[in-house]
Amino acid sequence: MPITTAYETKIDHISILDEHGNFDEKLGKGLIPDADLVKLYEAMVSCRHLDGVAFRLQRSGRMGTYPQNMGQEATSLGAAYVLRKDDWMVTCYRENCGLFWRGVPKESILLHWMGDERGNAMPKDHFVTPIYVPLGTQMLHAAGLTMAARYQGKDRIACTFFGDGASSEGDFHEACNFASNLEIPVVFVCQNNFWAISTPSKINSAAPTFAQRGLSYGMPCTQVDGNDLFATVYAVKQASEYTRVSGKPSFIEMVTYRLGDHTTADDATRYRDKAEVDAWKARDPIMRIRNYMTARKLWDDAKEAALMERVEKENADAVARAEGIAAPNRSEFFDAMYAELPADLVRQRDTMHTHSLGQDPSQLPPEAQERAAQMDAEAQAAHGH
Amino acid sequence: MANLTLVQAINLALIQEMEKNENIVLLGEDIGVNGGVFRVTEGLQKRFGAKRVFDTPLAESGIIGLSIGLAMGGLHPVPEIQFEGFLGPAYDQICSHAARMRSRTRGAFTVPMTIRIPVGGGIHAPELHSDSPEAIYAHTPGLKVVMPSSPYDAKGLLVSALRDPDPVLFFEPKRIYRAFREEVPEDEYTLPIGKARTVCEGTDLTIVSWGASVVQCMQAIEKSSRSIELIDLRTIYPFDMDAVEASVRKTGRCVVVHEAPLTCGFGSEIAARIMEKCFLELEAPVQRVAGFDTTMPYYKLELDYLPDAHRVSRAIEDCLAY
Repeated sequence: MPITTAYETKIDHISILDEHGNFDEKLGKGLIPDADLVKLYEAMVSCRHLDGVAFRLQRSGRMGTYPQNMGQEATSLGAAYVLRKDDWMVTCYRENCGLFWRGVPKESILLHWMGDERGNAMPKDHFVTPIYVPLGTQMLHAAGLTMAARYQGKDRIACTFFGDGASSEGDFHEACNFASNLEIPVVFVCQNNFWAISTPSKINSAAPTFAQRGLSYGMPCTQVDGNDLFATVYAVKQASEYTRVSGKPSFIEMVTYRLGDHTTADDATRYRDKAEVDAWKARDPIMRIRNYMTARKLWDDAKEAALMERVEKENADAVARAEGIAAPNRSEFFDAMYAELPADLVRQRDTMHTHSLGQDPSQLPPEAQERAAQMDAEAQAAHGH
Repeated sequence: MANLTLVQAINLALIQEMEKNENIVLLGEDIGVNGGVFRVTEGLQKRFGAKRVFDTPLAESGIIGLSIGLAMGGLHPVPEIQFEGFLGPAYDQICSHAARMRSRTRGAFTVPMTIRIPVGGGIHAPELHSDSPEAIYAHTPGLKVVMPSSPYDAKGLLVSALRDPDPVLFFEPKRIYRAFREEVPEDEYTLPIGKARTVCEGTDLTIVSWGASVVQCMQAIEKSSRSIELIDLRTIYPFDMDAVEASVRKTGRCVVVHEAPLTCGFGSEIAARIMEKCFLELEAPVQRVAGFDTTMPYYKLELDYLPDAHRVSRAIEDCLAY
């Protein structure tokens, strides 16, 4: 028998507004109304500015480790702009721009990185999940969230974000497989930013694209210029319409670049060349939109200056709100452990700075209890309470 | 002799053993060019080449599963799991395979490997970067679990792990990665896995601890007027019950200190063994100072979670009140 073709396909690459200002009228015209484009641009500028603020907060000891989003603003923003407000956005930790567009307060994100769980208490009606720290786990949750919505008769879909590195984790493949085989409407978005800390994307996939990861699960796949807001909007529009109508998953690779270090604890100069970073700086998603708007007389220097003034104030206010939230009570981390705190945990909480944990204080003789109370008083005084 | 941090001591142990044993290979996330996020493997790829020190895809199950194959195939892999909080995906490979391979093949296949894992809290790190899961692995038969508390111990214990015929989880307390330096001999020495160290001798009470908590115990001991003996377990499994027993028979009182949560923490096992071995010598119930039975809080409250010198002091006094 002759050898026949079992399967053949191609993967589209979508680019609408490139870094040189070339604009594809056919794909891009009317895609984003001018008034919206201005707002989207402002959102990216504000997010970028907050990144700088957060970096300085970390360096001055007012914030813990922080992962900058710089350079990747157009990916999650494009999705947030297209998705319905009641579609789930299930993200990792470099999707601030999209989350802010959805209405997540900036202080929530700041608070998380300031080492405070209260930053994760996302309002239910935002349909966003809290920041996920271990890589590649959240996509299964996205599948579950939309499966639940379908079960309840809602036509909500989910859009889940993860990186090129995370697509090496087993859970990523399980999420794709589940969503595809069980027909769960999830738009998978791989942010290929070329670096997983110091691991170059080629160590995470030897294939020519990350988009084709979706192919083996039977999903329609596209690759887009992730630094092109028009392209990310276009791709998410296509994918989300397909997914909503068919009830099946789809896959987008957004090619972007992590302009900053992995986090404030990282030093990317150890493993990547400045020339590479500089080349990507020239493909900046924000500058591209600004140039486009300027050419179309939608934007000028005066508007830019006014925006910067507004953004500085907005972000300073967000920091003030994050830092102004009263410090958690020293036993606050007990409170949300269970719907009802087990009796043993109540006892641990109430004696947390006094007795050894296995100890029942009532077993101690009275003189020992007196001495214990005195030691506690000294310790409390030393602690400044 | 050189004055080294714990990070440098581990780095030195890796270099010296890799020079002796060409079957040792290192793998993990960011361990190559970047030298690991804590720089423990700094310079090793340059020195030994990418064939022996290599970056992997971001997949912890894959890292351990591949290492099991490498070990079964005759090498001694040293996989790094970047933070203890990322052990989750690797659990299946560690517990379902690495731990059981020798016994289920009755020795036909073995898994000599050393899994290096930064562990514990106290460094202002993000979520899932500060946990203490050693008891989970001590509870899994077939694994050895080591946790040094000083640069000198780290080097000697790691060399032993790298020569061990069975899988060893080598937990490195990140809180003391660079907290202090210590004289560490350049010359070869080993510290046996399964042997505790008596840090200081005393007659009134025994403290048993391991890892970074040993530092808090020393602070409490220095403030106390009592004569306290401190035993650093060094190895969580197999643990040196003989050393604990001998000490508690002498003092009649014991406090166990660890960062991990109280319930089913390894202190539970120590306390139970003391009951079995030293019941008639005990003057007081064994006291435990541990992390609480809560999720490890984010860093704003981590110092309220972690055992500190005050809580250790309180437990000492409570124990001596009987």
